[in-house]
Amino acid sequence: MDGGFSSLRLEAVGAVRTALVSAENLQLTLKTELSQEEQALTHTSANSGPEETHRTGGIFSVLRNEDLKEMLESSKESLKLEAMKRIVGLIAKGKNASELFPAVVKNVASKNIELKKLVYVYLVRYAEEQQDLALLSISTFQRALKDPNQLIRASALRVLSSIRVPIIVPIMMLAIKEAATDLSPYVRKTSAHAIQKLYSLDPEQKEQLIEVIEKLLKDKSTLVAGSVVMAFEEVCPDRIDLIHKNYRKLCNLLVDVEEWGQVVIISMLTRYARTQFTSPWKEGATFDENNEKAFYDSEEEKKDQVEAKPYVMDPDHRLLLRNTKPLLQSRNTAVVMSVAQLYWHLAPKHEVSVVTKSLVRLLRSHREVQYIVLQNIATMSIQRKGMFEPYMKSFYVRSTDATHIKTLKLEILTNLANEANISTILREFQTYVKSQDKAFAAATIQAIGRCATNISEVTDTCLNGLVLLLSNRDETVVAESVVVIKKLLQMQPTQHCEIIKHMAKLFDNITVSMARASILWLIGEYCERVPKIAPDVLRKMAKSFTAEEDIVKLQTVNLAAKLYLTNSKQTKLLTQYILNLGKYDQNYDIRDRTRFIRQLIVPNEKSGALSKYARRILLAPKPAPVLESAFKDRDRFQLGTLSHSLNIKATGYLELSDWPAVAPDQSVRNVEVIEPVGSLPSLLLTYSVAVVHTYSDEFPFVCKSSDQTWTVFGFSESGSEDESDEKSSEESDKSSSESESEQKKKKKTKKAPQKKAKPTTVNIPTFGPVKSHELLHHMTGKGLSARYHFPRQPCLYQPNMVAVQVTLTNGSDHSLEEIHIGDRSPASLNLHCFNTIERLEPEASVTVSMGIDFSDSTQAANFQLCTKDDQFSVSIQPAVGELLMPSSMTEQDFCKEQGKLLGMNETSLSLLQRWSHWQFMAFTHVLLFASRFAGRTVSSGALVLVTAESRESSTALLTINTDKSIMASMLLRDLKQALAQA
Amino acid sequence: MIHSLFLVNASGDIFLEKHWKSVVSRSVCDYFFEAQERATEPENVPPVIPTPHHYLISVLRHRIYFVAVIQSEVPPLFVIEFLHRVVDTFQDYFGVCTEAAIKDNVVVVYELLEEMLDNGFPLATESNILKELIKPPTILRTMVNTITGSTNVGEQLPTGQLSVVPWRRTGVKYTNNEAYFDVVEEIDAIIDKSGSTITAEIQGVIDACVKLTGMPDLTLSFMNPRLLDDVSFHPCVRFKRWEAERILSFIPPDGNFRLLSYHVSSQNLVAIPVYVKHNITFREGSSQGRFDLTLGPKQTMGKAVESVLVSSQLPRGVLNTNLNPSQGTYTFDPVTKLLTWDVGKINPQKLPSLKGSMSLQAGASKPDENPTINIQFKIQQMAISGLKVNRLDMYGEKYKPFKGIKYMTKAGKFQVRT
Repeated sequence: MDGGFSSLRLEAVGAVRTALVSAENLQLTLKTELSQEEQALTHTSANSGPEETHRTGGIFSVLRNEDLKEMLESSKESLKLEAMKRIVGLIAKGKNASELFPAVVKNVASKNIELKKLVYVYLVRYAEEQQDLALLSISTFQRALKDPNQLIRASALRVLSSIRVPIIVPIMMLAIKEAATDLSPYVRKTSAHAIQKLYSLDPEQKEQLIEVIEKLLKDKSTLVAGSVVMAFEEVCPDRIDLIHKNYRKLCNLLVDVEEWGQVVIISMLTRYARTQFTSPWKEGATFDENNEKAFYDSEEEKKDQVEAKPYVMDPDHRLLLRNTKPLLQSRNTAVVMSVAQLYWHLAPKHEVSVVTKSLVRLLRSHREVQYIVLQNIATMSIQRKGMFEPYMKSFYVRSTDATHIKTLKLEILTNLANEANISTILREFQTYVKSQDKAFAAATIQAIGRCATNISEVTDTCLNGLVLLLSNRDETVVAESVVVIKKLLQMQPTQHCEIIKHMAKLFDNITVSMARASILWLIGEYCERVPKIAPDVLRKMAKSFTAEEDIVKLQTVNLAAKLYLTNSKQTKLLTQYILNLGKYDQNYDIRDRTRFIRQLIVPNEKSGALSKYARRILLAPKPAPVLESAFKDRDRFQLGTLSHSLNIKATGYLELSDWPAVAPDQSVRNVEVIEPVGSLPSLLLTYSVAVVHTYSDEFPFVCKSSDQTWTVFGFSESGSEDESDEKSSEESDKSSSESESEQKKKKKTKKAPQKKAKPTTVNIPTFGPVKSHELLHHMTGKGLSARYHFPRQPCLYQPNMVAVQVTLTNGSDHSLEEIHIGDRSPASLNLHCFNTIERLEPEASVTVSMGIDFSDSTQAANFQLCTKDDQFSVSIQPAVGELLMPSSMTEQDFCKEQGKLLGMNETSLSLLQRWSHWQFMAFTHVLLFASRFAGRTVSSGALVLVTAESRESSTALLTINTDKSIMASMLLRDLKQALAQA
Repeated sequence: MIHSLFLVNASGDIFLEKHWKSVVSRSVCDYFFEAQERATEPENVPPVIPTPHHYLISVLRHRIYFVAVIQSEVPPLFVIEFLHRVVDTFQDYFGVCTEAAIKDNVVVVYELLEEMLDNGFPLATESNILKELIKPPTILRTMVNTITGSTNVGEQLPTGQLSVVPWRRTGVKYTNNEAYFDVVEEIDAIIDKSGSTITAEIQGVIDACVKLTGMPDLTLSFMNPRLLDDVSFHPCVRFKRWEAERILSFIPPDGNFRLLSYHVSSQNLVAIPVYVKHNITFREGSSQGRFDLTLGPKQTMGKAVESVLVSSQLPRGVLNTNLNPSQGTYTFDPVTKLLTWDVGKINPQKLPSLKGSMSLQAGASKPDENPTINIQFKIQQMAISGLKVNRLDMYGEKYKPFKGIKYMTKAGKFQVRT
């Protein structure tokens, strides 16, 4: 056999060799590989059994570590790669490949990116075991951290931070700090991840890491938000104060954050909101009554105060609820669930039901998703039946559901049962009882028992149904029925001695010990109602006592004792017999019980006062058991959490605090920047202008272009930023009155900080009069006239569009209908139309907003404005300034970016004009030092950097750095013109 | 968050492991195996299992368990959703997600897992971003790579990662520009013994295959958008526009994706396209049972009911069956007691039926429950809810795309109790 295989293998070697020879003819030199492969082949044929090669498939697969090492050390890239692939294969299988560490680590600086990545994989896996050798690779990463390619920077940081070697903690710390200020949001995101890694490696770095987190929390990129909140949750979840200033921003960014980040942010904000806002549940009319009482009872003293003033929801609280609601439509089930729990824990009671539909929708998803969602619905449905009642049918069980899904659905159906729907539910339960899945059938019987106790109208019906089940052929069903009947009978034993008799008759056929024990207990408890049967049952038990299960024996002893007390004439001997059997039982529990019972009931000289009370002790009326949901106490955990799912407090579970009685200071969330609250990312809404300047002056400087004015102010003040804002608006008023041709201002404010070291960034929203342009004259438009202006705010529809507001006026004497936008040219023009205006009355006007993507060109956008009957071609042409959005950056970043945009991308113009004296003074004054303005084009987001510098005494140099060179020259022309006019 | 991942096959072997933080010994899976042993069916393994130091969250797909090891509190759905996303990605890359496919592509799998999570937190799960980072293996590419020495790994950060449309890469080019949309509706129903509907609801999805050049902006409008009661969108859909105008406006991802899933409001009555006449009886005392099943179409609006497949889990007492199908083929597995009947197309003139006898275990008592019957079927060119796409428009690009819309109705969990 073996010989056969090796000859086969030799053939294979031959085949490969010829193939390679032909490859060589094709000038594909695979020389080195040839020898390797041959080696591999001979190895396998010599050393390993046939199965092994078969299992792994390829002829190359069984390579020893030496061969791998040799491959790694070879000069051929492809061979190295092949070796690394196999090593990764080994790691994946969980085999130990650590002895190859020195050979692998050499390749860390490889040019081949795939090879490099595989080396990274290896390093991260084994660095912990080979700390000294791992240090060899560190310098490579440090170098890569400075790479111009952001992907390489990011992956270097990822690997560096994943190497769990304590020695490099300071290096990691430095790298994280650097990456946190990187220009690329992707690198910043990676640094947020690295924070957690470093924290788990060395918790002592906490304080420094919190500083980085604080910085990153301020980041306005949606990419970073999720990751940094994750880091926050991991490192310092108790530092709620870090969130205050970022709360509104996070709320507003939420929709645009990637889905995984959304989950993390929502759960953090849930916790935050519970500490910062007052309870919205206090005056809820649809409140669960029991809860309400409990609530007020516990806080009696606060009651007056609370009721004195009506509850007003904090606008921030509302903001959170409003901004999370659209996420219920997410395709990601985790996001939907986290919004659902947010509403459950934070929303006023009458608003919670908005989540119902979405949760029910999740039930269509995978089995595992169903499981978690059903668990949460089960908890919710206990407190709020009404929420899920309309969807009751969605919880009907199918025979194909997994058992744990079935039982959860059953749980929910039971929770939902009320007087109105109980008949439907019971009918449904009847089919379940017949299920082939017996565990499920048993659970159904318990559910019926719960329905019967909760809804008194159906108790009898249920009881009858359960009695019918006693004749079921399946033992588990019968046993479960007995147990449930026992519990039900205990609640109202008077009318049911027939059932007890029936059960006594069944007793012989039942073998499940729990059921037998239950019947015995029932007969014992109500032995006076069945005086004839009880002693007979005891007689039978005496016969089979030794063969019974422990639990049955205990109940037999119990029954004997009770009968002895009520009917000692008939049962005295039987009882003594059973007590004797019990005395010598193997189980000490039973021996114990027997001894205790004997002392209690059999009068003798030693027995004390207790035996007098034996009857009262044993036959005391017992309270009926409460049948309640297994999910009753789950609401102590936050919904959607692992702890809730397991009903145990999981490691790292953060308690949801109770609402504060008095809301903490709301103003902590105020941010200095005036930030319009909207549903779009705030970074876009804050129309911010960044000015980096280290200069002070009191001269307002105005420069105008054909349609826009930039006002530049200087202050020599030392007050707060608020003051400077105030002042600037004053100034702007002044200047607007001064220059009558001025239509609109995009302001750039300069501020003079006291300390030169720190560059200041000031964000100011635009305001001031706007220039509107004619779009359609009412003569050509048959009565319809339209004017447009650029609000100079980020477009709501798409960030790469320029927002345009169009005011439509009906100048005719009849109303116009269906005003909308028709064809457009060029056809590729991407514009966001306004919603069709159904009707515009005469003399009425309406302002609508639309978005146009000009693709960073000043080419006019042509489109048709249509009414029901007419079409008018119109066009909008933007000035180059309208295509720019301000962008804020620090002075350093500015210089860095400028450094990248040299050469072709730089356009400059030196100004040497015949200025009027004061104009000139003002200009040079302002430009005494360099002034820098940063912006981005709306459509493609290309940076546009404007620098004004004064040269010598009479010239000034305007420089524009951008890769949009056409734009640069146009902008320069406009600026020049504006300055000339000033 | 996610500490490690183990892939376990049907026979209980761990065939792949990946760690994102320090290594967790694979012995942690023993708790999982215990739970697996306790469960009677593979589906009954609880998705969340606590162990002394870790928590195991698992999903079962394609007969592979994906077991994630968690060390501290995390929303379980987060992990479950992620694991499903991993499976979807594998399927997307390798066509199938089987043990063999994963083993054959172990390097790509590893590279993917490395990109998808950083320190246990999802980094890139969007398929188009991943495909730019790691190109899916094809025979051609493997050959080219071996010859030229190039790799499957991208060197640049995918543009999607930073853009506001992370689901679409830039520079997409096609010679044939086409956009196909499949409206697929599934009927979930439980029909009781007498043929009346206990519960029925329609769930639908719109799956799209969009191969368009550049950055097209599409709008899709419906004739009757009111039918849609509860919807969930691909992130590309502009929610505001939907809220205001009931129009789906989106820049589509490149390739296949699920645009929308919806639920048809429960106020609408659901037309049940098939009916079942059944007579399954077991007689007390005899070892024979009768089995009689006839299928027929109803409310199909003239469309043919195709690919009909009937399956039923017969009671344990049934030893064998001797049935006679009027069309199609039937099989009965005496071990699992699963009866399947592949009917094919229903001909309204000659209704398909399956008749015959079942032999029962001698002496065993009559099973007290009749089996439920699960039915699968397909109806082409019809959306049972009546949903109709009104028009599809493209903005932002100059060319004229080829557009196609297909409707289909399928049985979801369609069950008949007997």
